[in-house]
Amino acid sequence: MLFTSYSFIGFVLLLALVYYLAPGRHQWKLLLLGSLLFYAFSGPWNLLYILTTSLTVWGGALAVEKNYADKKARLKELKKADLPPDQKKAKTAAFKKKQAADLKRIMVLTIVFNLLILAVVKYTNFLISNINGVLGEGRQLSLLSIALPMGISFYTLQAIGYLVDVHREVIPAEKNYFKFLLFISFFPLVIQGPICRFGEVTEGRLFAENRFSWKNVSFGLERILWGFFKKLVIADRISAAVNTVIGDTSTYRGAYILFLMLMYTIELYADFTGGIDITIGVAEMLGITLPENFKRPYFSQSLKEYWRRWHISMCEWFRNYLFYPVSTSKPIRELTKFSKARLGKDLGRRIPVYVSSFVVWFATGVWHGASWNFIVWGLLNWAVLMISEELEPLYAGFHKRFPGASGPAYSVFCMIRTFLLVCFMNLFDCYAKIGEILSLLGSVFTVHNYGAFFSGGVMELGMSGTDYAVTGLGILVLLAVSIYEERKGSVREMIAERPYIVRTLVWTGLFVAVLLIGAYGAGYDASQFIYNRF
Amino acid sequence: MEELLEILEDLHPEIDFETTENLITDGILDSLDIVTLVSEISENFDIAVSAKYITPANFNSAQAIYEMIETIQAEG
Repeated sequence: MLFTSYSFIGFVLLLALVYYLAPGRHQWKLLLLGSLLFYAFSGPWNLLYILTTSLTVWGGALAVEKNYADKKARLKELKKADLPPDQKKAKTAAFKKKQAADLKRIMVLTIVFNLLILAVVKYTNFLISNINGVLGEGRQLSLLSIALPMGISFYTLQAIGYLVDVHREVIPAEKNYFKFLLFISFFPLVIQGPICRFGEVTEGRLFAENRFSWKNVSFGLERILWGFFKKLVIADRISAAVNTVIGDTSTYRGAYILFLMLMYTIELYADFTGGIDITIGVAEMLGITLPENFKRPYFSQSLKEYWRRWHISMCEWFRNYLFYPVSTSKPIRELTKFSKARLGKDLGRRIPVYVSSFVVWFATGVWHGASWNFIVWGLLNWAVLMISEELEPLYAGFHKRFPGASGPAYSVFCMIRTFLLVCFMNLFDCYAKIGEILSLLGSVFTVHNYGAFFSGGVMELGMSGTDYAVTGLGILVLLAVSIYEERKGSVREMIAERPYIVRTLVWTGLFVAVLLIGAYGAGYDASQFIYNRF
Repeated sequence: MEELLEILEDLHPEIDFETTENLITDGILDSLDIVTLVSEISENFDIAVSAKYITPANFNSAQAIYEMIETIQAEG
C-alpha cells in the first residue's frame, strides 16, 4: 500500500476515526491490528519474517533481563554466604565469568540469527552474482527468487537497537510481546523509518491513551500534505527525467550526467523527506510524536555536518550500536597500543578511529543495498570524512591567517561545496556497475554535448517546459520554507499564529497545488519511495 | 581530575574544560573525539570503557567524565 495511494489515505482516516472512538486502553491494540493489516498488504507471508524477528528479539531481551536479575540475587547470596574470604572471592569470580558468558551467548545468538535472516533475503543474490563473476561463463549459478520483505532493513536495526539498549540497561525489557510487536511494526515507521529507539516511542506516546486533539490532527494533516507536496510535486516529476537518463547510458553522457547528479540529489531529498513527513504526520494525527530524521542537510557546510543532519536515526544507530562497540573493542584497544608505539602518539591514536570508521561506513554501504556501488559510496564517504579530519589543522591555520575568510560568503561557499560533493557521491546510487559510473564521470570531461543539451536535449527527457516550471516553483517553495526553519523555527507554528483566513488560504493553496500539479494522471505512476528499496 | 583535564586539553587546546559544560550538546566533542578520549582514558586510568558508558550525559562535561571513570573503577 503506497503512502501516496488513495487506499493509504482511506486506511489512515478510517484507523484515526476508530482510534479516537475507542477506549484509551485499547488504542495501542488498534494500532497493532492496523499495522499488521497494513503489513499483510505487502504479502501475507512477509508477516512471518517480522513475527520471527519480533519474537526472538523480545525473548532475547527478557532473557538478558533475567540474567541481570539472577546475577544480582546470586551476588547478594554470595556476599552473605558464610565462607572463607578466598573461597568467596573465587566463587564470585567464577559466577561472574559464567554470567558474562551466558549473556554474551544470548546477545550473539539473537543478533546473529536476525542479521542472518536479513543477509539471506537481501544479500544471497549479491553473493551468487559475485561467485558467478569468479566462475566465469558456462558455470553460472542461478539467482534465487527471494522477495525482500517490506521494511526488513529498518525493523531489523530497530529490533537490534532495542536488544542492545536492554543489555546496556538503558531501558527495561518490555514484558508485553504485543507492545513490542507494535514497536517493530508500527505502520508509518515500518517502510522507511525513522529507526526509533524503544524509549523514544514510549515517550512519544505510542502505547499511551491519546485523546482527540484538534491541534494534533490539524498539524498532522498539514505535515502529511507537505510530504505529499514534496513527493508528488517535486520528486515524482523529477523522477521522469532522472529515470530516462539512468536508463540509457550510451546516449545520456557528458552534460546529462551533471544534470542527473543535480536532479537526483533534489529528487532524493524531496522523496525521502516527503516520506518521513508523511510518517511523522500520520503519527502526529494519532497523538504520537516520532523523532525528526532530517535537519535541512543541504545547508551543511561540511560532509561531517551533513551526516549529522541527513537520515539522523540511521546515523545514530550506526554510531551507538556499531561505531562505539567496535572502537571500544579489545582488538581496537590493542591496535591503539600498537599504532601509538609504532607511529607516535598523534597519528597512532587516530589510526584505530579510522579503522572503526571504515567498518561503520562499509556496513552503512552494505545496509543501503546489496551491490558494490553502495559499498563504494560508503567508503567514499569514509575517505572524504577522514581526509577532512586530517586536513583540519590546515583549515585552522588558514582561518588564523585569513580571519576575514569566515563570513557569510565563505559559509555559502562551504554549503555549495558540500552540496556538490553530495551530488557527486549520489551518482553511486544511480548505477550498479562501478566501471560504468567511472566511465560516465569521465564523460563529463570528454563528451562535449553541453550545447546540444541546452538547445533542446534537456526537453527530451520526459519533462516538459511546464514540468520544469512547476518543479522549479516547488523547489523555490521548499527552499523558502527551509530557510525560514533554519533561521526561525517551525513554519507550521508560524502559520498557526496567523488569522484564520490566512491559515485557510495557505493550507487550501497547498492542497490544491498537490491536487492540480502533483505528478499523477495519465502517463504518471506514483513512484515507490526511493528509500523503500533499501 | 587533573590527569583527565590534561587529556582533554591535549585533544582540544582551545577549550577551557574546567568551566565548559554541554560538550556533547554544543557539538564540541564529536564521535571521533569521544573514541580518542575513551582510548586515552582507558590507557591512563587502566579501565575498560565499554560502549554502554558512551552516552551524552557521561561526556557532557569534564566532571561527568570523571564521575563515569569513578563508577567504572568502583565496578572493578
